Amino acid sequence: MLLAEQALNGLQYGMMLFLMAAGLTLVFGVMGLINLAHGSLYMTGAFACAAVAAATGSFWLGLVASLAAAAAAGALVEVAVIRRLYARDHLDQVLATFALILIFSEGARWLFGSFPLYLKLPPSLSGAVVLPGGLHYPLFRLVIIGFGAAVAVGLWWLITRTRLGIRIRAGEADREMIGALGVDIARLYTIVFALGAALAGFAGALVGSIQSVQVGMGEPVLILAFVVVVIGGIGSIKGAFVGALLVGMTDTLGKALLPGLLSQVVEASSAKTVGASLASVLIYVLMAVVLIMRPQGLFGARG
Amino acid sequence: MKLKRLLICGVAAVALAGAAQAEGVKVGMITTLSGGGAGLGVDTRDGFLLALKNAGDAAKQVELVIEDDQQKPDVAVQIADKMIQSEQVDVLTGIVWSNLAMAVVPAAVAQGKFYLSTNAAPSQLAGAGCNPKYFSVSYQNDNLHEAAGAYATDAGIGKMFIMAPNYPAGQDSLSGFKRYYKGEVANEVYTQVGQTDYAAEIAQIRNSDADAVFFFLPGGMGIAFMKQYAESGVGKPVIGPAFSFSQDILPAVGDAALGVRNTAQWSHDLDNPANKAFVESFQAEYGRLPSLYAAQAYDTANLLLSAVAKADVADADAFRAALTEADFPSVRGKFSFGPNQHPIQDYYVREVVKEGDVLTNKIIGPAMTDHGDAYAEQCKM
Repeated sequence: MLLAEQALNGLQYGMMLFLMAAGLTLVFGVMGLINLAHGSLYMTGAFACAAVAAATGSFWLGLVASLAAAAAAGALVEVAVIRRLYARDHLDQVLATFALILIFSEGARWLFGSFPLYLKLPPSLSGAVVLPGGLHYPLFRLVIIGFGAAVAVGLWWLITRTRLGIRIRAGEADREMIGALGVDIARLYTIVFALGAALAGFAGALVGSIQSVQVGMGEPVLILAFVVVVIGGIGSIKGAFVGALLVGMTDTLGKALLPGLLSQVVEASSAKTVGASLASVLIYVLMAVVLIMRPQGLFGARG
Repeated sequence: MKLKRLLICGVAAVALAGAAQAEGVKVGMITTLSGGGAGLGVDTRDGFLLALKNAGDAAKQVELVIEDDQQKPDVAVQIADKMIQSEQVDVLTGIVWSNLAMAVVPAAVAQGKFYLSTNAAPSQLAGAGCNPKYFSVSYQNDNLHEAAGAYATDAGIGKMFIMAPNYPAGQDSLSGFKRYYKGEVANEVYTQVGQTDYAAEIAQIRNSDADAVFFFLPGGMGIAFMKQYAESGVGKPVIGPAFSFSQDILPAVGDAALGVRNTAQWSHDLDNPANKAFVESFQAEYGRLPSLYAAQAYDTANLLLSAVAKADVADADAFRAALTEADFPSVRGKFSFGPNQHPIQDYYVREVVKEGDVLTNKIIGPAMTDHGDAYAEQCKM
């Protein structure tokens, strides 16, 4: 029973990471751009949700606002800043997007203050439900799993079945060629960037609802999202999905099981503290192992 | 030539000393004013400022500089270095978090500065690492947890699930609780500092056979945990130190906190004249109820003022003696220092209630009286 609940927790965490990593891997794969400001778009979505939900009293409007605000911020940033960076090397991109983090963070601090905001879940989404097998589980975490799965299916459909998806894949393979074929590359890039931003903002709003909305909330998640992208393989949505679930499960189950396992070998009180510390490095161990076995990531195309 | 230079140096030194004397005491406050822990630092600052304001002319002797440590030890150390070296403060105060205190306090007292703690009081500084220039005006870190352990024992709770972050104050917390809890500890869990998702821990609570949960998660961590715990529908009673049910945090936690028993050395309904004056003037000044951190900082400022009135800070021994007397009206009623310069005071059990629309705490009884701390005898001063 405990394992089942922890597995659900891992799944929920993984879905949240997938929402973050999907946009990151698209931008990384299609445009060849390292976007450190992805965490700021996550924060933008969370603040937009909190502000709109507080103003209108509707959590659902807040969620819509998170998508819209993050997509708008993403498009704006792409046109104003990112567009000038495609031809530059990665170091310039890191520098410029790091500057964006600082601008977004100070902007949010200026608008909303340093105090964290807390979202109230609507009654229809709060509380716990009983799952088959008698397991009680918070409803909202199930909703996050559902949203994550829906986004995964939607992205799969978008990439494999639509005209936009064909262009995205083509842009990933050879950007000069599709430009020569008459596709408006600049517009395509803005759309992809805004899409990735919207997913990050959506993730921010969902996570903000169970935790808190505050300045700097995006950076810890950003690091994990990069781990997911590297494990899954750069540019691969499937890789991001598998990688996100792998990282989510490893982190949650590691935290839950490691202290207990360790206490078989070493003395109980130090097993608790050492186990907790070890669990937090587990995902980096996972990343190192994957990189040794498959340097291009699990589903990465490029060697 | 040499003699002349020596003479000039001597004159300059005397002049400097004279200048320092005329200035009264310069206080550097390092506290957390941004990020998830900002509420604690803001109340610390506001409580301290209120005491200075209420003191009127007596406070003219105190010059205060305040800086934000962002809850980061490296930032706190930089600020402390700057305050000690370029701003030449005499007294440091204000640090909320024990890991920051451990980074700043030992070096500050080694450089001859006084440190008056408004909150953090790690065991390392109470026992063998105690220092004549270090005073804790709040408590010793274990105290509130010891009181919670004593309360859990008195309430006849057989099995407890206990949880704290993996940092010095977290470890102090659980050892403090266990020191006075006579029942069985069903499970002991350490979380990460700054953790925001407690799903894994809540699953463990649900599946343990404990009768109640004791947790110590200060600041935003406690808010996130309480909200998620209420959502999870686990429903086992919760006991904690006052930190997660303090006035600055209750509005964010919301009704999930109602009925929770928590332990503290102070509450806004504590019946003594100093406390009444404090709570009234705090509400008038800031339009909200004061938190524990505000009360501790208010007492710290009043302790400082009482010492400034009796001794010159340049005469370290006299100033220290004046501080040791603790000759100020504490909002906690009785207050004195033990041999390791940590408080000897009473601890209470409080319950979270709703007064009108405002969530707040009400004292329901004593948990411990005239309680010192477990480390005093290891302190050799």
